[in-house]
Amino acid sequence: MSAAYEMIVGLEVHVQLKTRTKAFCRCSTSFGDPPNTNTCPVCLALPGALPVLNERAVELAARAALALGLEVHERSIFARKNYFYPDLPKGYQISQFDRPLAERGALAIGGGRSIGITRIHMEEDAGKSVHDRFPGFTAIDLNRAGVPLIEIVSEPEIRSSAEAGAYLRALKEILSYAEVSDVSMEEGSLRVDANVSARPVGETALRTRTEIKNLNSFSNVERALELEFARHVSVHESGGTIVQQTMLFDAHKNEVRGARSKEGSHDYRYFPEPDLPPLVLTSEWIQGVRYGLPEFPAARRARYAASYAMGETDAEVLTSSRALGDYFEKVASAAGDPKLAANWVMGEVSAALNESETEIGAFAVPPAALGELIALVKNGALSNTAAKTVFATMLKEGGTARLIAERDGLLQVGDDSALVAWIDEVWAEHPDEAARFAGGERKLQGVLVGFVMKKSKGRADPKKVNQLLGARAGT
Amino acid sequence: MSATPESVLHDGAAAIAAAVREGRMSPRSVVEASFARAEEVDAGPNGLNCILSSDLNSSLHAVESAPVGGALAGVPFVLKDNIATTTLNTSCGSKILEGYVSPYDSTVARKLRAAGAILVGKGNMDEFAMGSSTEFSAFGPSRNPIDRTRVPGGSSGGSAASVAAGIVPIAFGSETGGSVRQPAAFCGVVGVKPTYGRISRFGLVAFASSLDNIGVFGRTVDDAARAMEVVSGDDALHDATSARLAAPELRTDSRDLAGVVIGKPKEYFPASLTPAMRAHCERAIDALRARGAEIRDVSLPHTDLALPVYYIIAPAECSANLARFDGVRYGLRMEGEGLRGMYEATRSTGFGTEVTRRILLGTYVLSAGYYDAYYRKAQDVRALIAKDFTDVWASGVHALFTPTTAAPAFTIGAISDPYEMYLCDLFTVSANLAEVPAISVPIGRIDGLPVGGQVIAPKFDERMMFRISYALESELGQAAHT
Amino acid sequence: MAVSKDDVRHIAGLARIGVAEERLDSLVTELNGILAHMDVLQKVNSAGAAAKADALRTGMPLGADHAPSVALERPIAQIAPPTRALDGAPMPSVIDGFFLVPRLATHEDAGDAS
Repeated sequence: MSAAYEMIVGLEVHVQLKTRTKAFCRCSTSFGDPPNTNTCPVCLALPGALPVLNERAVELAARAALALGLEVHERSIFARKNYFYPDLPKGYQISQFDRPLAERGALAIGGGRSIGITRIHMEEDAGKSVHDRFPGFTAIDLNRAGVPLIEIVSEPEIRSSAEAGAYLRALKEILSYAEVSDVSMEEGSLRVDANVSARPVGETALRTRTEIKNLNSFSNVERALELEFARHVSVHESGGTIVQQTMLFDAHKNEVRGARSKEGSHDYRYFPEPDLPPLVLTSEWIQGVRYGLPEFPAARRARYAASYAMGETDAEVLTSSRALGDYFEKVASAAGDPKLAANWVMGEVSAALNESETEIGAFAVPPAALGELIALVKNGALSNTAAKTVFATMLKEGGTARLIAERDGLLQVGDDSALVAWIDEVWAEHPDEAARFAGGERKLQGVLVGFVMKKSKGRADPKKVNQLLGARAGT
Repeated sequence: MSATPESVLHDGAAAIAAAVREGRMSPRSVVEASFARAEEVDAGPNGLNCILSSDLNSSLHAVESAPVGGALAGVPFVLKDNIATTTLNTSCGSKILEGYVSPYDSTVARKLRAAGAILVGKGNMDEFAMGSSTEFSAFGPSRNPIDRTRVPGGSSGGSAASVAAGIVPIAFGSETGGSVRQPAAFCGVVGVKPTYGRISRFGLVAFASSLDNIGVFGRTVDDAARAMEVVSGDDALHDATSARLAAPELRTDSRDLAGVVIGKPKEYFPASLTPAMRAHCERAIDALRARGAEIRDVSLPHTDLALPVYYIIAPAECSANLARFDGVRYGLRMEGEGLRGMYEATRSTGFGTEVTRRILLGTYVLSAGYYDAYYRKAQDVRALIAKDFTDVWASGVHALFTPTTAAPAFTIGAISDPYEMYLCDLFTVSANLAEVPAISVPIGRIDGLPVGGQVIAPKFDERMMFRISYALESELGQAAHT
Repeated sequence: MAVSKDDVRHIAGLARIGVAEERLDSLVTELNGILAHMDVLQKVNSAGAAAKADALRTGMPLGADHAPSVALERPIAQIAPPTRALDGAPMPSVIDGFFLVPRLATHEDAGDAS
């Protein structure tokens, strides 16, 4: 039955900006400190305290907006959103209402689809209410109160739960690349509310929507959308009406249920925040923020394909984070061989990162050092095996590839007299094989090379050994 | 004959600072004299009740660390009870903040301390600065030192009365619609409302953020100018509405007004103005003329809309500003059924009648369906009122002269209708809406009760406003107090 | 425009001020008495005046991310309100650094309370 209906979804995403201090005071935004220790007269809403907007928060919000292709307004206005809740100390949230920071952008989600972004506005976070710590009480921690957020509001253009997931992943990737946020749902630096409705395919008007809150992972967003969409369809099918209300997703019970609050009873009494004059940004300043934006993943992948002749899968892996791509590019340029560099980064480096559970930003081997190591392999000074040994040493002790290889005697030996001496020894030790080889049994060449390599402890240049053996085969 | 602490207290801030700087007087003795004077006039059933909290030990302790070379060295002062200080209470004249001591200092308190001035008390006020008589204080009304059966005006009545009664030479109040100028006029002292943004509001408990100003009281124009110079200036780190301007030099030796054009707006001299008030204003205008000023008739056509606009914008902003008094983090907490019960019990017990009325009014004008008709409309008309002023300045007028109030101080309890009380702000409220500076200077007495004349100047031209005030004070001389 | 008793009840709820039933009638009269003075504004042609004035306002100053915060000279436990339960027993308002309020089952009770 649901084939006849289409899903209409708009997402509201709250993202915490990566500032050192809060939006309207200079208290630390650090996570996990003892309750109410990162507070001051402003974020405690003590009588007489006043807000002063964080410059860095504005810059990060503008970066996010420009990264998503929105127009950043030269004048925007803050407003008070009034409601009572114990973790909202002023009794209002400073937000933006009818004059937001930025409007009209779009986000490509793959498959040629693009979702419109209506607006991005700045606001402050509320504190944390803890309901289960003290029997009979709710405990309030205001460390988070006043932390800077942006709210990113999409157009209702998402048509399936898969598209919602794709939208969120693309959004997360861009915001992470732009370094505006940690975008971690686990730490609450990215939060999603979804507006859903269903309508018969072909109908143009939108039907009544509901808003789902409490979505704490991308897969929960997708699950909740499916459940709520199915509910809408069955209500429509049975001739009922959808009531506009807030829904909560319960991941454990895998159900969406109505919140007790009555939508429509909210009256936030927005009005312009009189403590803050308009936010005025010059076009030069906005241009400067635009110039400071990094290359985004899609452009980067295209460049890798064009200049490194890299396949789609490899490009995808290497651009999965901005830092990994940056690392790879430095390695490639130092090594002088992007293909080898890509193999090393996706192979040895990834394995080492996984094992040590570190991020590429904190990786022990600097890209220039890895590049040098790869260059040694490329020009034949190190065998692949020896290079892996050197890499393991660099991981443990640091240092540069050439010095480690020299110290540990791992450089390849390509000097004819040394190689001939080893071959002579092998001839003496394995007269039978040597004789058969000389007699024309060419398939023994591999065995003999192996003996030489073993004798040289891996240092002999196999190419040269092969050449010299070929000469002895007498053909 | 050498000065005594009692006599310098009367001579004013300039005399005290000079005596302390030159080592002729110990700041300690001045502070003790101030407390002695308060003891004499403020306490008891018929006392002025103009100081809500004070502590001799803490004031004497402040003396120890006060710089003796400061511009206000050793000068005792009173701050209105809505200006945050880490010593003494900051209760805003409200039960909801009874006994509350701020854990941080307002910018104004910090600047005064750095200038060597000594806080001796917190001035009584109408609860949260909502009122024009200081009768709406949760801690009882203040009395007018000139006539104790009358109000000192408000809402900064305690600060005005403490200057008029000789407890301190300077005091600080706050203005949202006339709360410094009106009590200054009622008590026969000088009261200044600076340009919006001239004095940092950091630490001033907000009533209506877009209209609130910290203001200054002095017995003389010169003391007021001196105090203004100390507390003015950019505070962008703490108050985003603070003007990015250094403190202006306001004191001048000139008492001459040659070349100055002063407008006399007809809307401030309505037919209903009493002959006595009119006569005092005319005498003051003659005094200005005598110093060389040209007086010109002007019009501010939207003046009669100022009160309705004010009584939409101020309650609207107050309804949000006072939401923080919820019993969760500080102040009064009353238990009720659950969280909502706690909120409602706390706020209905903690707020008095007038504050409750204004919160409800403000909530209403912002609520869904009424915002455009009230709040948005008021903002538009506010812009027209401000334009009236810029139009007058553009016509070549340097400042305006008007009465501060229509009548002198009324008897305690005489006004019970809310809107009749609001009419006390009739002549003062436009300056707040237009963000321009204004000052009230004593111009005489009616039946023994002081009345004030108001000088209004363009934004950030406090220098012109003070220059005119100096000349007016000087020309009127003793007549200003008769 | 005039307010009704229901309006006053509604806005008192929004403002979280408990108003006794017997006070409602007088509040209606008082508020309408004040609101009547506002009607004069409706006759003024003022459209767009605020927008025009706003466009001339200078922008807000911004604070550096690394600036110091305003210090509290006393810990929150010392500014927190003294409190007691309905039965008169003393009740904490700060424990282990948390502010305590009567228990809410979930965050959604806030919406319910509005």
